[in-house]
Amino acid sequence: MDMPDPSLVLHAQDLRRSYGGRVAVDGVSIELRKGEVLGFLGPNGAGKSTTMRMLTGNLMPDSGAVSLCGVDLFEKPLKAKERLGYLPDIPPLYRDMSVDDYLKFAMKLHRAKTDALVETKARCGLGDVGKRLIGSLSKGYQQRVGIAQAIIHDPDVIILDEPTAGLDPNQIREIRTLIRELGDRHGVILSTHILSEVEGVCDRVQILHRGRQVYCGEIGGEQRSIEVGFNNPPSAIELAGIAGMASVEALSPNLFRLHPVEGLDPTESVVRLASERNWKLQRISPARNSLETIFAELTGEAS
Amino acid sequence: MIRLVATREIRAFFASPLAWIVLAIFQAILAWIFLARLDAFLGVQAKLQNILNPPGVTEWIAAPLFSAASMIFLMIIPLLTMRLIADEARNQTLTLLLSAPISPARIILGKFLGLMAFLGAAIMLVLLMAFSLLLGGKLDFGLLFANTLGLVLLAASFSALGLYLSCLTPHPFLAGIGGIGALLGLWAVSFGSGGFFQAVSPAPHFERFNQGLVDTGDIAYFSLFMILFLTLSIWQLEKR
Repeated sequence: MDMPDPSLVLHAQDLRRSYGGRVAVDGVSIELRKGEVLGFLGPNGAGKSTTMRMLTGNLMPDSGAVSLCGVDLFEKPLKAKERLGYLPDIPPLYRDMSVDDYLKFAMKLHRAKTDALVETKARCGLGDVGKRLIGSLSKGYQQRVGIAQAIIHDPDVIILDEPTAGLDPNQIREIRTLIRELGDRHGVILSTHILSEVEGVCDRVQILHRGRQVYCGEIGGEQRSIEVGFNNPPSAIELAGIAGMASVEALSPNLFRLHPVEGLDPTESVVRLASERNWKLQRISPARNSLETIFAELTGEAS
Repeated sequence: MIRLVATREIRAFFASPLAWIVLAIFQAILAWIFLARLDAFLGVQAKLQNILNPPGVTEWIAAPLFSAASMIFLMIIPLLTMRLIADEARNQTLTLLLSAPISPARIILGKFLGLMAFLGAAIMLVLLMAFSLLLGGKLDFGLLFANTLGLVLLAASFSALGLYLSCLTPHPFLAGIGGIGALLGLWAVSFGSGGFFQAVSPAPHFERFNQGLVDTGDIAYFSLFMILFLTLSIWQLEKR
């Protein structure tokens, strides 16, 4: 297939896969560009991992096409896989190998440059555990070895399936920083069911629900809203009159959700008016992202 | 790439206690048989001298040793092959290989050759035991060569079958039991039957090597056996 756009590092079209009659993935398409982090969001069992396994050549789709940097994954699998780094939901680690031996094995498997080992270990914070057996490492370190394995050959496309699962908050922050860095030079797909992770590191988000793609959009592109509570509340009309306000939703007599006009932030005006007019401002949570709202609306009826 | 997979496999073998235990048991049983045959040979040696064209020490001791080794291989090779692919599938490490630029054929051949290197070491130990007879007499090297070739071919065929079973299931235990069952069954069908069953069973083919007969038909049998199951393994891995 001809690729007119050289920055397009991964292109998947209309992927479908069913397991014994149950449709796991139904018509998912993905485009990923260099320098972009794509968030793959969905409740558990939405088909995220199945999609990722198809993107990495671990599972044949029933129909659909995948190409990596313009190379068809099913026609020329070896050439396409050279461009790929993949961390599955369970890291593919040989527990009886040392970190160094394992990463050297992964390097040779991907024909990576021989000097990549030290650099990758430093990037993933593995500098001082090279001699230790993988089986004896903590889960956080094992996860880092898994990530190191996926990036050691400097691939164009990096696919990470729930890379922060089971990590403590500090480790999560480190891994997110690393992913953000990777996103500058590579194309990264990140699957997760944690909303804040998507908001924190992704440029774009695709929401999957029951195997279908239900949403696709830029992060930060959505309407932001503000939630305010007053002990002595004004009327909703009074609030809607504030400059820069598009609409106001009354959640309860004391609680309002304010939708500002695109590009404007009326937070300051609200706070100033509240003290001037004695509304007794009780709380204000500014710029609450509506990704959560979108997610809840699109996938909420799952039960 | 094949060598990379094979090397990792050999290292994994020697890092696991299973391989060492298997080698130790193999060697212990063979040593017992070796000594028992040696003892028997020394007992009848005087009488043998009266016979015209008596059986030599190779025929009396080494051939039964190889025959015993073939039976032990039937039991232990499925135990060694069972984890080759099944374990990787269960621990998800197969994903590492399948998402790397390496073809399923190379993965299978790498695993197969890694195991063969290990079994090669076991066969070397049998040979060394036979060579120790040189201390007290002469050896029939032709017979020894036929036996070694037969045992290598037998080990390769059994390994290919075990490897295929390991591709079929993510449970190593199932692959192991299935392998022992299949090999025992194949071995047993040759007893008291003729024609077709004699042709499919590895037992009569190995027996001719054991007697010192190197027949191209028998070499072809083991080669076909091995190629069939290696091809099936590759095919199974591609299908995943």
